[in-house]
Amino acid sequence: MPPTLAGILFIASLLLALALCHKPLGDYMYRVYTGAKHNAVERVIYRLVGVQPDGEQRWGVYARSVLAFSLISILFLYALQRLQNHLYLSLGMQPVEPALAWNTAVSFVTNTNWQAYSGESTMGHLVQTAGLAVQNFVSAAVGMAVAITVVRGFARTKTDMLGNFWVDLVRGTIRILLPISFVAALVLTAGGAIQTFADHSTWTTLAGGHQTFTPGAVASQEAIKDLGTNGGGIFNVNSAHPFENPTSWTNWLEIFLLLVIAFSLPRTFGRMVGDHRQGYAIVAVMGSIAVISIGLTNWAELSAGGTVPQAIGAALEGREARFGTSNSAMFASATTLTSTGSVDSFHDSYTALGGGMLIFNMLLGEVAPGGAGAGLYGILILAVITVFVAGLMVGRTPEYLGKKIGAREIKLASLYFLITPTLVLLGTAAAMATEAGRSAMLNSGPHGLSELLYAYTSASNNNGSAFAGVSVNTTFHNTTLGLCMAFGRFVPIVPALALAGSLARQAPVPASAGTLPTHRPQFVGMVVGVTIILVALTFLPALALGPLAEGIH
Amino acid sequence: MSTHVLPSPGKAPAPRKDRRVGGGLLDPEQMIRSLPDALAKLNPVTMWRNPVMFTVEIGAVFTTALAIADPSWFAWAIVVWLWLTVIFANLAEAVAEGRGKAQAATLRAAKRDTTARRLRSRDDRTRWDLIGASELQQGDHVIVEAGETVPGDGDVIDGIASVDESAITGESAPVIRESGGDRSAVTGGTKVLSDQIIVRITQKPGESFVDRMIALVEGANRQKTPNEIALNILLAALTIIFLVATATMQPLAIFSKAVNPGVPDSLALTDDGVTGIVLVSLVVCLIPTTIGALLSAIGIAGMDRLVQRNVLAMSGRAVEAAGDVSTLLLDKTGTITLGNRQASEFVPVNGITERELAEAAQLSSLADETPEGRSIVVHAKQAYGLRERRPGELAHAAWVPFTAQTRMSGVDLDGREIRKGAATAVMKWVRDTGGHPTDEVGHLVDGISASGGTPLVVAEKGRVLGVVHLKDVVKEGMRERFDEMRRMGIRTIMITGDNPLTAKAIADEAGVDDFLAEATPEDKLALIRKEQKGGRLVAMTGDGTNDAPALAQSDVGVAMNTGTSAAKEAGNMVDLDSNPTKLIEIVQIGKQMLITRGALTTFSIANDIAKYFAIIPAMFAAVHPGLDALNIMRLAGPQSAILAAVIFNALVIIALIPLALRGVRYRPSSASKLLSRNLYVYGLGGIVVPFIGIKLIDLLIQFLPGMS
Repeated sequence: MPPTLAGILFIASLLLALALCHKPLGDYMYRVYTGAKHNAVERVIYRLVGVQPDGEQRWGVYARSVLAFSLISILFLYALQRLQNHLYLSLGMQPVEPALAWNTAVSFVTNTNWQAYSGESTMGHLVQTAGLAVQNFVSAAVGMAVAITVVRGFARTKTDMLGNFWVDLVRGTIRILLPISFVAALVLTAGGAIQTFADHSTWTTLAGGHQTFTPGAVASQEAIKDLGTNGGGIFNVNSAHPFENPTSWTNWLEIFLLLVIAFSLPRTFGRMVGDHRQGYAIVAVMGSIAVISIGLTNWAELSAGGTVPQAIGAALEGREARFGTSNSAMFASATTLTSTGSVDSFHDSYTALGGGMLIFNMLLGEVAPGGAGAGLYGILILAVITVFVAGLMVGRTPEYLGKKIGAREIKLASLYFLITPTLVLLGTAAAMATEAGRSAMLNSGPHGLSELLYAYTSASNNNGSAFAGVSVNTTFHNTTLGLCMAFGRFVPIVPALALAGSLARQAPVPASAGTLPTHRPQFVGMVVGVTIILVALTFLPALALGPLAEGIH
Repeated sequence: MSTHVLPSPGKAPAPRKDRRVGGGLLDPEQMIRSLPDALAKLNPVTMWRNPVMFTVEIGAVFTTALAIADPSWFAWAIVVWLWLTVIFANLAEAVAEGRGKAQAATLRAAKRDTTARRLRSRDDRTRWDLIGASELQQGDHVIVEAGETVPGDGDVIDGIASVDESAITGESAPVIRESGGDRSAVTGGTKVLSDQIIVRITQKPGESFVDRMIALVEGANRQKTPNEIALNILLAALTIIFLVATATMQPLAIFSKAVNPGVPDSLALTDDGVTGIVLVSLVVCLIPTTIGALLSAIGIAGMDRLVQRNVLAMSGRAVEAAGDVSTLLLDKTGTITLGNRQASEFVPVNGITERELAEAAQLSSLADETPEGRSIVVHAKQAYGLRERRPGELAHAAWVPFTAQTRMSGVDLDGREIRKGAATAVMKWVRDTGGHPTDEVGHLVDGISASGGTPLVVAEKGRVLGVVHLKDVVKEGMRERFDEMRRMGIRTIMITGDNPLTAKAIADEAGVDDFLAEATPEDKLALIRKEQKGGRLVAMTGDGTNDAPALAQSDVGVAMNTGTSAAKEAGNMVDLDSNPTKLIEIVQIGKQMLITRGALTTFSIANDIAKYFAIIPAMFAAVHPGLDALNIMRLAGPQSAILAAVIFNALVIIALIPLALRGVRYRPSSASKLLSRNLYVYGLGGIVVPFIGIKLIDLLIQFLPGMS
């Protein structure tokens, strides 16, 4: 089979599988988040933590619950790392340095999973499973809970009550993430991923040498790492490692896992607002941007310039030979279009424009389809902004799903979309402007600039993948990237929830022929356009000095 | 509810084909006249209310300082054009306000210092004090005679007079004002032409209608409308984003320059990064200056467009709400139908021909001056060519005028006695004069009543000749207008005091979506509340005092100027022409204002793409030659590219002032179609136009000193 056809089949089969899952998974999630009954396990949990599961919360209380839960998680994870040598299953690892421990704690709680360390040589089993793996579940569940709550803002009328964070968190974890990742872990194990608590083990390499490394509960971590759009692997090289991602079809499965929740949530959204077409429109926006991006990345990689890539027909440096250029590009696109950040190839080795596309994917705010939950509320806020400008052009005070977009709504939406770009740009500028920041750069010229830009983009957007080429495990970068991750995650959540609160209070405006229809291709095109143009305009100077300067000749 | 006859001409005004206010929009003279105002607005205290343009002004000050410190042709050219950008923005607002000021001057003329004859007691017309009109208090009674000016707003409590209201409405035909009805309100500054009236003053001193009008058209207390506030927030957010994007570019630029040590310093890029002049230029080009400059002008012009149609909106909020209206309540009489019922058919009985009946009906109506009577005469003439004779022509005729008691009119002529009138009255007369009306007549009368019409029976002594079918005549073009409304997503509801049967017949004929029959003021209020509960915005017109609660409850309440003060007080708009059909135009103006904002916002943001293509290569092609590929306009050099972008950005404001003032073209259609069209024109146009504009400007300015 010619490689191009193979690549197209790979991508097409993925899209088909996602399309097939969209409806059943979306409907299932709808039932999870709207059902009235609690199961036995959940009731035990609620009793243990002392939560009244049938009471609902106003947006402010909901937001405080999210923040309090996350803060405690960060403190717990920090302590676990600092004290790991005193605890069980440490494998003899030393306590993690303060700056790195802070960075890692924030990284996993914010669903970023930026790793400034090598997992196999830094973290013991306890930290990996009781700390990092737990956060892989709950940080994703937090994102989904916030997304569902934002949707409730559109769906509900004349109420202050937006749901119960603890219920959303527990249900998302127990009913959605756990069962799917359990099955996925079994399948991955069948594919050759390892799952063991053994101590160090020694393997004979192909070249006949001996390699000692720390194994772990890899398959289970791998499943939730992708499903929860986390990205933090047990091994430093992440999904490029044969024990994490052994074959081409496990590669396919991992890409599928990291896209499936985010691509199904719009169905849940459509059901909650009582109009499937609205959900299809949102998924169409996500899908359109994703397809454009995947196409362009593949084009950049497959038509790469340079002597060696020309000779072999594509850019292969930094890729696993068992995946090849196209499938690696697909993985890279998927991981940056979501907030996953797991990698099966070395993004730094991508062509200037291909790497630029990966940065651009994240700069989009990761909305196509974005992180578990975070993608949905991100795109809904972009839809609100689109509706505002487009709604004016039909001669009415703008409204979306029957809710008026007035001063308060646009203020909150603006606040939301201001935060991440500001963090990316300020972070990059601070790193470029200071000796402490620049000294970590291993490359100079536009490529070095791209590497720093990538790091701050990845952290601020809670992606977690790295371009590499920067020694990020320094006090400066650990601290600033940690701040970018924390602010990039929690500051936008507050206006998003406040927006939900504001929308839920409104009485609905009935649709008429004069209302802007938000389920037609016209609207889909507008949201795609607004998203791409806003991001392009904001970041063009930075992109021009990095990937564009390097890539255009 | 009120069913009075409107003084306005009976035909609905033909819908204007071109809803723009033409002429004099780019009048250079007007621009020059507004220039001092525009310069006065440079005061930072007023500028900061407009965050976008305030940012430009700070940039202009900053670059001025830079140019003084390090002068060059290029620097000074940028400085000049940055200042012009701010001035052009202020000019847009000043020109918009200037149009209101002219209107206010006319109104002030009406507010001449008049005197008032204040009665010591309301029952005694002979004893009064002569005081200044400004000293009048609420509740005072004044007497006004022919030739005098009404000293203040109030209600006529005694007498009837014809009043010249041209100073307020611009309409020269005098109107009748009388006590006790829905036409009792008089406005200060209008002139009594005949008779004598006693007016109870209802205004507080200094708060007369004219005072409020002047304040409104001058925009003295203009407050930002909710949507304007929301848009301002979005524009401020975009401004912040672009400020951050530009400021954070600097360390990246310094780094890029440092790793290319061979590249010489230029006016755009030095070892210290992008020069201040260029940095400010980039910010100004990127932030949404076009819409930022024109936003307040759009709002002022929207109010102004209403004023030009003789509608006074008491707040900009009401104009905006008009665009959102989804339910329109329209009174049947005078709005949907002509004021009165008209003869539409002659139905003969007893072997009489239609022509004979028509002749008899015409004869009997010659002396009937009611509109119904006139319509019979006219219909007989139009349908049967029967010449209308003057009552004086028929010397021996004895005219029987219509009275409320007899409910008949008629004529005794050459021994014939002809009567015409209400069915029961005429049938009784026929029996009294020895006739026996057949059942046929009864069936006819019932049939006409059932179809919503009014039957008038025509009879000769002793026998019935036939029945005249009077019916409501729907104004020309109403159906088309309601279809238009439907396309815009607006439901029309006809309000009438008629019985449901009659109401339905007219509703069907006019093409309204729904009707409320036998409506009482309470029913009307309940209907408005019900619509609002469903999330709909309701607009209505009203004139009577009993309309006041409904006017106050509705989201857009247009009071007729002929109406009572209570109605005018309750509504949030007043139509000086008292033309209820104008509600439809008001809705369109509200929509047009919102569309103009959206279109110019889209245009403004779309413009940025071309500006980037001009400025990015100008800044960085020296260090990264590959970026010259982005210079797709092939601009002459870095300086001319940057200056061309800045000049385009300033000129586009001036070029769009007329559009902001008259509003974008609006044709009623569905939301999807409107959006497609506007996206095409202002979105795509916004992307393409600056590429052409910047290139053209560059072709011109590349020969200036300092450009290469």
